[in-house]
Amino acid sequence: MIWNEKMETMSRDDLIALQSERLVATVKRVYDNVPAYRAKMDAIGLKPEDIKGVEDLTKLPFTTKADLRENYPFGLFAVPQDEIVRVHASSGTTGKPTVVGYTAKDIEMWSECVARCMTMAGVTKKDIVQVAYGYGLFTGGLGAHYGAEYIGATTVPMGTGNTQKLVTLMKDFGATAIACTPSYLLHISEVLKEAGEIGNLKLKAAICGAEPWTEEMRLQIERNLNIHAHDIYGLSEVMGPGVACDCEFHEGLHVCEDYFIPEIISPTTLEPVAPGETGELVFTTISKEGLPLIRYRTRDLTSITYDKCKCGRTTCRISRFKGRSDDMLIIRGVNVFPSQVEEALLGVDGVSPHYLIKVDRVNNLDTLEIMVEVDGKFFSDEIKGLEALSVKIGKAVQQMIGLNAKIKLVEPRTIERSMGKAVRVIDNRKLV
Amino acid sequence: MQAKQLSVFIENREGRLDEVLAVIAAAKVNILSLSLADTSEYGLLRLIVSDPAKADAALRANGFSSMLTDVLVVRLDNKVGSLQSFLAEISKTEINLEYMYGLTIEKEGKASLVIKASDLAKASSILLSSGAELLSAEDIAKLC
Repeated sequence: MIWNEKMETMSRDDLIALQSERLVATVKRVYDNVPAYRAKMDAIGLKPEDIKGVEDLTKLPFTTKADLRENYPFGLFAVPQDEIVRVHASSGTTGKPTVVGYTAKDIEMWSECVARCMTMAGVTKKDIVQVAYGYGLFTGGLGAHYGAEYIGATTVPMGTGNTQKLVTLMKDFGATAIACTPSYLLHISEVLKEAGEIGNLKLKAAICGAEPWTEEMRLQIERNLNIHAHDIYGLSEVMGPGVACDCEFHEGLHVCEDYFIPEIISPTTLEPVAPGETGELVFTTISKEGLPLIRYRTRDLTSITYDKCKCGRTTCRISRFKGRSDDMLIIRGVNVFPSQVEEALLGVDGVSPHYLIKVDRVNNLDTLEIMVEVDGKFFSDEIKGLEALSVKIGKAVQQMIGLNAKIKLVEPRTIERSMGKAVRVIDNRKLV
Repeated sequence: MQAKQLSVFIENREGRLDEVLAVIAAAKVNILSLSLADTSEYGLLRLIVSDPAKADAALRANGFSSMLTDVLVVRLDNKVGSLQSFLAEISKTEINLEYMYGLTIEKEGKASLVIKASDLAKASSILLSSGAELLSAEDIAKLC
């Protein structure tokens, strides 16, 4: 089943012509409306008219998360603020979040993208879709919600946090599809299995994303729940969930290429790599109005194939992700940079800069533990003093990254000192 | 009159207590009493020793988190009700007792207690005025 036959099965030549036309218009628009982009292009002597089609894409400068931060909050928006109907925000590498804005047309485009992805998972207007991503500043909840509604499916805005209610409503409503993070779905499946409810469900498909997961995990979810599980990809800067998704053949994620031009570059040389080779994924948005992005470095490592898929779609496919080219962690769907944790710790009086972040997965849910050295200056000789310190550190971390972490106080010098780059993170999850 | 207690932060790991004691022994400091308060992840070792400053320096030099804390060491008659009668005086006030532990039993029918209170100066004067004997750092050093 294909949602938009015309766009998803277009010939490569027609697609390149369409991308070229949209790219030229986008470059002109950002040059005229966004001072930061103009400054970057002027700095290398590039004029909008130098970009005549996708073949000229590599002439354009890259955009990074740092650009979004430097232009916080609305500096990269290409339309006046009154054209913006929605903003979302995700955590940045330091205190300031990354803010993204959408016009009414952007929201419709986003809904279209998610509709294409959900259709790949077999969702139609006859379905009942539970959206169990977080609603709010995070793009997951509202993104999936609008897509499901766009298809015409009955959409249930569950949000996260109340698994028991989710399970009850899944059964009572006869939900046929669910959108949530894969680790959460695996957890839900265990709860359902324990309650002996699997046979009483009408669930047939899951659209999971917002965090990396393995093929083994996907198959485990399919077996546990007797459903089809699909991998949806996106990032708030580019749009949110729906940038790409895998079809029923699960041989890579189809990119909505009429809206986003993907490239794979070497993270070291920044030069494009040969097709099929692994590198960093870069996106240029060519339809977005609110926050167009030129050659945005996602930091996600993957490869692209342009071979036609058995499903009939002609859009290129990105492979399952192979990691990141930076140190960002995705914990319970939340983007976390070790530098944020460090900033939170240093904000607490007297805490030493020696810490270690330990991430694991227990009962299919991510756990976050932060080991902090107790040094002579701030340790208390009373248990309640030490407990108050743990609570204080925990609160500071929660405020910074939005996640509850287990704070473990350890003796001085127990966290290994390295000669070169300090080891700040131990990730015991097997995600790639 | 206050005495110095040595407090050491230790993780709940095999052999850690032993390592702390080894450092103190190597510094030729004698231990008169100790108390170990523990949580699931770490413990606090509190000690009354012959030379707290020396033990503290030795522990720090060996990478431990240790500190000196002011406490009261009260010497009581070793008989029924003597502890209760002293504590009754303190409980009439706003002073909180943070923790207490006993010292090794002495000769001459006396027993000593280590007391950490929220207001040490006040607790000390109450105890003195009710006839308790408080030990100083020098007294303790002599006991060792």
